[in-house]
Amino acid sequence: MTIFLRTLISGLNLGSIYALIALGYSMVYGIAKMLNFAHGDIIMIGAYTGIVAVMTMNFPPLIAILTSILVCSLLGMLIETLAYKPLRQAPSLSVLITAIGVSYLLQNLALLIFGSEQKAYPTLGAFPGFTVLGVKVDGMTVLTLTVTAVIMIGLTLFINLSRMGKAMRAVSEDRGAAELMGISVNRTILITFAIGSALAAVASTFYGMTYVYIKPTTGSMPGIKAFTAAVFGGIGSLPGAMLGGILLGLIEQFAKAYISTLWSDAIVFGVLVLVLIVRPSGLLGKKRAEKV
Amino acid sequence: MSLLKAESIHVYYGNIHAVKDLSFHVDEGEIVTLIGANGAGKSTTLNTIAGLLHCRSGQILFRGEDITHVPAGKLVRKGLAMVPEGRRIFLQLSVEENLQMGAYCVDRREVETRLEEAYALFPRLKERRRQDGGTLSGGEQQMLAMARALMSHPGLLMLDEPSMGLAPILVEQIFDMIRDLHQKGTTILLVEQNAQAALSVADRAYVLETGRIVTDGSGQALLESPEIRSAYLGGE
Ligand SMILES: Nc1ncnc2c1ncn2[C@@H]1O[C@H](COP(=O)(O)OP(=O)(O)OP(=O)(O)O)[C@@H](O)[C@H]1O
Ligand SMILES: [Mg+2]
Repeated sequence: MTIFLRTLISGLNLGSIYALIALGYSMVYGIAKMLNFAHGDIIMIGAYTGIVAVMTMNFPPLIAILTSILVCSLLGMLIETLAYKPLRQAPSLSVLITAIGVSYLLQNLALLIFGSEQKAYPTLGAFPGFTVLGVKVDGMTVLTLTVTAVIMIGLTLFINLSRMGKAMRAVSEDRGAAELMGISVNRTILITFAIGSALAAVASTFYGMTYVYIKPTTGSMPGIKAFTAAVFGGIGSLPGAMLGGILLGLIEQFAKAYISTLWSDAIVFGVLVLVLIVRPSGLLGKKRAEKV
Repeated sequence: MSLLKAESIHVYYGNIHAVKDLSFHVDEGEIVTLIGANGAGKSTTLNTIAGLLHCRSGQILFRGEDITHVPAGKLVRKGLAMVPEGRRIFLQLSVEENLQMGAYCVDRREVETRLEEAYALFPRLKERRRQDGGTLSGGEQQMLAMARALMSHPGLLMLDEPSMGLAPILVEQIFDMIRDLHQKGTTILLVEQNAQAALSVADRAYVLETGRIVTDGSGQALLESPEIRSAYLGGE
């Protein structure tokens, strides 16, 4: 029972981190119609930014987090402008390969600046936990879960109700028609990247505090897992990304606790394959019923 | 000065020369129609004016201003709106959100008034305001597309085959609507396959054949021309 509850809690913690990354992944995919494979590496950059902000610049925790968000948003916008925007008319395979290139570029840049040795992410504060049924729930998990839920709700409201959010949905559906309305497609996609990258920065904070050690390749595994989570939940759907992330974290931790640490990733991806066979558009993905 | 003037525009898709040396104009308050068979280059012409396509040479003037290289996203603010071929309403946005997108460039305090205007013109849309665009019938989608384009109070409204795929009774309604808009002072550039209906509402018409204008004249004159009758009106 204790193992079960402990696994549940660590699964929720990991799952929320995946969910945060998956939200950004899914949003960029839904609106810019591309798989930004460099999304995971933005987390790595965010984590290093946090380390530098606290250890070198001596920023207080909150300012350090905000710095990380700012740096990641700007980086996301820079990548979109320099790497993806020129390829707007190009075949999607070219864009995908470019994204993989950007991913390696960021990793090597980090290698050059920070070296290959892993660095420790600073503790940004103590989060007192509490005990339920004899199991200690740490404050970190509660915080991660809460922040992720709040962000998901905020993002959904933004996409559904704000003028910019509606424009994003319009661009997602038909770029040409959106242009005809006077919506700037480029600006809309740029803002999407800024938001997605900001979410990655928030994820990097939680990732750093949970897993502590950061190295240049830190972002790739969570990136791939979050992509899986996004597909699992239904790519393009924000509640889907949230659900997919949480489920993925739970499956991974339960597989580790009850089956095998070695096999956990295989089990995670196996479940993905099963879900996609039964529901090709993911758990909450839209089955498009379009009228011509 | 013409409201819209195209001067010897050439448009290509890669190596395909779709529009060749096209010149025409639309004056303030007119309904002008471009008619022609499938693939004549009608949509290409409209999309080029709307900024979705670009011409390799030639010039497009709107209210005397050179808009040849102005991107689509900036033309609404200048007073140009288009209902594209196939309507292209946002299927996953609600009816009201579609209209709001039509008013994307309108002052935010003005949007409510424009919505009321649109609903007065198309009461059916008001009933369906919360429904997704994709759930509307073909005729309702066409009305939504027109209402959406009118939200910006365009100086020139371009319509690409508004009657496509509609039952005869709806076609009649759409053309009544076009006459009505015209009477209220909207300038319209209309592209149609339904030459009979288009020529009856138009002040002037241009006939396109494989990317070139082969004839032009008043709507009435073309309706009565024997060549046009046999080529486009399926009559003797
Ligand atoms: N995206 C494209 N790529 C290549 N060729 C195209 C493309 N779109 C149109 N064309 C070609 O350009 C020519 C003009 O097409 P356009 O769509 O303007 O015709 P249209 O007069 O609107 O015809 P319809 O009445 O069928 O809508 C056609 O020969 C067509 O095959
Ligand atoms: Mg056409």
